[in-house]
Amino acid sequence: MTATGIGASPRRKEDFRFITGKGNYTDDINRAGQTFACFVRSPHAHATIGRIDAAAALAMPGVVAVLTGQDMADDGIGGLICGWMVHSKDGSPMKAGPHPALAQGKVRYCGDCVAVVIAESYAQAKDAAEAVAVDYHPLAAVVDAKAALGPDAPLVHDEIAHNMVFDWELGNYKETVDAFTAAAKVVSLDIVNNRLIPNAMEPRAAIGDYDSGTGIHTLYTTSQNPHVARLVLSAFIGIAPEHKLRVIAPDVGGGFGSKIFIYAEETVCVWAARRVGRPVKWTGERSESFLSDAHGRDHHTHAALALDAGGRITGLRVKTIANLGAYLSTFASSVPTYLYATLLSGQYDIPAIYAEVQGVYTHTAPVDAYRGAGRPEATFVVERIVEEAARQLGEDPAEFRRRNFIRSFPHQTPVIMAYDIGDYEASLDKAMQLIDYDGFPGRRRASEAAGKRRGIGLSTYIEACGIAPSAAVGSLGAGVGLWESAEVRVNPTGSVEVLTGSHSHGQGHETTFAQLVSERLGVPLENVEIVHGDTDKVQFGMGTYGSRSGAVGMSAIAKALDKVEAKAKKIAAHLMEAAPGDIEFKDGRFTVAGTDKSLTFPEVSLAAYVGHKFPTSEIEPGLKESAFYDPLNFTFPAGCHICEVEIDPDTGVVRIERFVAVDDFGVIINPMIVEGQVHGGIAQGIGQALLEHGIYSEDGQLLTGSFMDYTMPRAGDLPSFQLGLTTTRCPSNPLGMKGCGEAGAIAAPPAVINAITDALQIRDFAMPATPERVWRAANAVALAAE
Amino acid sequence: MYQFAYHRPGSLAEAEKLFSAAEDPKFMSGGQTLIPTLKQRLASPSDIIDLGGLKDLAGISVADGVVTIGAATRHADVASSAEVRKAIPALADLAGWIGDPLVRHRGTIGGSIANADPSADYPAAVVALNATVHTTRRTIAADDFFTGMFETALHTGEIVTKIAFPVAAQAAYEKFRNPASRYAMVGVFVARTAGGVRVAVTGAAPSVFRQEAMEAALGKSFTPDAVAGIKVSPDGLNADLHASAEYRAHLVTVMAKRAVARANG
Repeated sequence: MTATGIGASPRRKEDFRFITGKGNYTDDINRAGQTFACFVRSPHAHATIGRIDAAAALAMPGVVAVLTGQDMADDGIGGLICGWMVHSKDGSPMKAGPHPALAQGKVRYCGDCVAVVIAESYAQAKDAAEAVAVDYHPLAAVVDAKAALGPDAPLVHDEIAHNMVFDWELGNYKETVDAFTAAAKVVSLDIVNNRLIPNAMEPRAAIGDYDSGTGIHTLYTTSQNPHVARLVLSAFIGIAPEHKLRVIAPDVGGGFGSKIFIYAEETVCVWAARRVGRPVKWTGERSESFLSDAHGRDHHTHAALALDAGGRITGLRVKTIANLGAYLSTFASSVPTYLYATLLSGQYDIPAIYAEVQGVYTHTAPVDAYRGAGRPEATFVVERIVEEAARQLGEDPAEFRRRNFIRSFPHQTPVIMAYDIGDYEASLDKAMQLIDYDGFPGRRRASEAAGKRRGIGLSTYIEACGIAPSAAVGSLGAGVGLWESAEVRVNPTGSVEVLTGSHSHGQGHETTFAQLVSERLGVPLENVEIVHGDTDKVQFGMGTYGSRSGAVGMSAIAKALDKVEAKAKKIAAHLMEAAPGDIEFKDGRFTVAGTDKSLTFPEVSLAAYVGHKFPTSEIEPGLKESAFYDPLNFTFPAGCHICEVEIDPDTGVVRIERFVAVDDFGVIINPMIVEGQVHGGIAQGIGQALLEHGIYSEDGQLLTGSFMDYTMPRAGDLPSFQLGLTTTRCPSNPLGMKGCGEAGAIAAPPAVINAITDALQIRDFAMPATPERVWRAANAVALAAE
Repeated sequence: MYQFAYHRPGSLAEAEKLFSAAEDPKFMSGGQTLIPTLKQRLASPSDIIDLGGLKDLAGISVADGVVTIGAATRHADVASSAEVRKAIPALADLAGWIGDPLVRHRGTIGGSIANADPSADYPAAVVALNATVHTTRRTIAADDFFTGMFETALHTGEIVTKIAFPVAAQAAYEKFRNPASRYAMVGVFVARTAGGVRVAVTGAAPSVFRQEAMEAALGKSFTPDAVAGIKVSPDGLNADLHASAEYRAHLVTVMAKRAVARANG
């Protein structure tokens, strides 16, 4: 291992720029003649719209235009789309209502965009937005997904009965029914997965710019996948032909999934720029983020586990109602289906699994992928019910899990996934050792002596990352392939530029991707530039989400590096008058095997471009290679997180006393960055378990619309995490990587809730475990007696 | 933020004159409540009269058993004052637990009590320590100052100039923070004063209030056990997403118990 190669932890190359205020975020960009947009948003969850009177707004200082859904329709601009087709049990395609970027005749959630005011300054646009008179006729709303399925529930889209988008199934139904019939014991649990609001540090933003000379539109936007944004805006929404549309996602301050999607605001900005003939800029306020960023989770689930007499799991049956919000966001349909139910086998050898998922419209913000996307929801179901089964059997939850672990690989689950490799017992053992599992009873006694309650909870999770083989996801309904591309440009001086279709919005790609190049070509880290986020520069790319940038994005780079090395060896062979097969390349030096003849990488790079000393009729000059890598399989990071809590029954405050995370991420490029990812993921997972909850009133007002009411985790809410690693090399990609970006958010919530239910000796507890609810649970007997 | 006229008077007299001449004016001290309110367009005063230029309004002095704090004194200065720490350590503690460092370095004691946010910390200290509020026109006893949610005995245009806190024999403050905003969901300030034990509760109700049953019990025995059995009625207490009235009522007892324990060191 070199100081900057694979396995080293050099400091992040991008951090100096970020921490000194030199980042270049969308809001930092200003275009000549720029105007500012402010959106008129619906104050109602459900209403028809009569007249929109913009006369007063248009008369206000600085106002350039007020545009509505009708104007978009007149220009032939289409609505937003959902890019993943899911079919119901009966074979019918999912029912998706139209999703105009600016409402047409109806609003369907608080914050729905009704019109846009464009003015010389943002303050002027905002003043004028208040003066746009919208004639709303409020209608009854429904925010709860279970209620939305009811016979009398208001319809979100008139044409979609019972608000049911799909009624989907997965698994082996008959075998599952048989398993329950034959079961020695059945354990069941009702589980709610609370709605979360993402809250990336940088709010969404967009600048639309149109060059009437070339007819080229440019969109600067906070996107995790600029090429996908361009494809959708061009091919489906009809903004401009793909070659006349450039999408730039510069520095982006966090996404967590919420910036994968193509939203109304950027669509409007890029369209309006041509309409008003000037650049149009919008930077979301935090209140707008709360209202309109796609939310996460929001599931109601009933789960049942069948066990044989020996305590082995023989079947799992799950029925989930998933709240999809008022419109189908870009990947909304895939999250509670193919990204969820496919993980219901967990780490366990379960021969029969049957899952049903109903996707439901409600008058709430659209729900889509949020850190983990379906996998946290699946893991919460599996790890809660497994824990419950162990408790009902009176068995140590660790031993119950151990008995049911999958032990041979590859392992085909009944829910599509074929796990390629893993060692679940290794991570369980290491985590139990790190937390001093055996010492827990003593610590519990000490807490009880001090009037506190103490509990311990496990979560042996698995996730599917590195999404994904294109043919596989295509067969499941994806509208796109999920490969990744890379181009490696070696300059004549031997410095290297890597153009990647992955996008970094906090992950540290500029460092980790450069480490791979440094390792492979022997060039110093500072001689490598990672280029991403611009459709004019990068060939194409599917973007960053689902922990895919290492396993898929870096695999594409590795493939391109193979080609660079192969070509450079041929050139080196000519330069040193040797056979190509005799050239060895190591530590940045080409050597003729068995001789002292050698050339450095920069010497060969220069020779490649000069073209004087090799036959350019056989070998093209230059040293630049590209690759598209389509993965062979998902990757399956897995591990064991254990949480130990102490509860103050006087106040209901839960303190996390210990949190251990042992993860198997396969080969790791930069351990420091991986630790950061795990820390952030656990923080979000603990946030979900203890603090965060997106709550609507019954009439559809967002009650948690600011940090005054939406509880973000703070450093003081978190313990120092103890991390550990176990490693099985991923056989499905050339680098052996699995992905680490979501593990914490996936594994932590059930670990925390298992610890709380253990401390309180109760069967179930819904997230988030807020102080009052914990206090009530801890004092249920006394409170009931009052 | 809507448009407003901004003024920075050099004297209290000028501040009062500006105020009386304006259509819908607001005084601003540290601005830690007012500026967020303006940014969210929840208020649209015609004029903002910034009292930050009145240097004489800030300062701390201790004499004759009274800690006097100028209205424009920032929370961070109270928290770090050696004099306050020595005379009434509970007051320095309270100031140091307000908000976050940014708030503590801008927000002022006068602004806090004049705003009378139901979940502000200072009102609990003012009432429990039986402080006297000095204004441009008169002095107001603590028990008469806070009259309701965001309401005080101040007349239109009247400015708080300083607050005089008699030194208590023992005092302590304990609060339970709202998990999201970190404001006091329930804060209890207990003090053994010359006039007896006083217990003031903030955060739990529309306005700070005294808990007489606890005062009586602590007057007999200044111990945590004295208040542990006192049940507070949830009637009239605040209820929101984060805490029901019943839970707040329970927390008043718990925080009171802990405050007494802290006061007893």
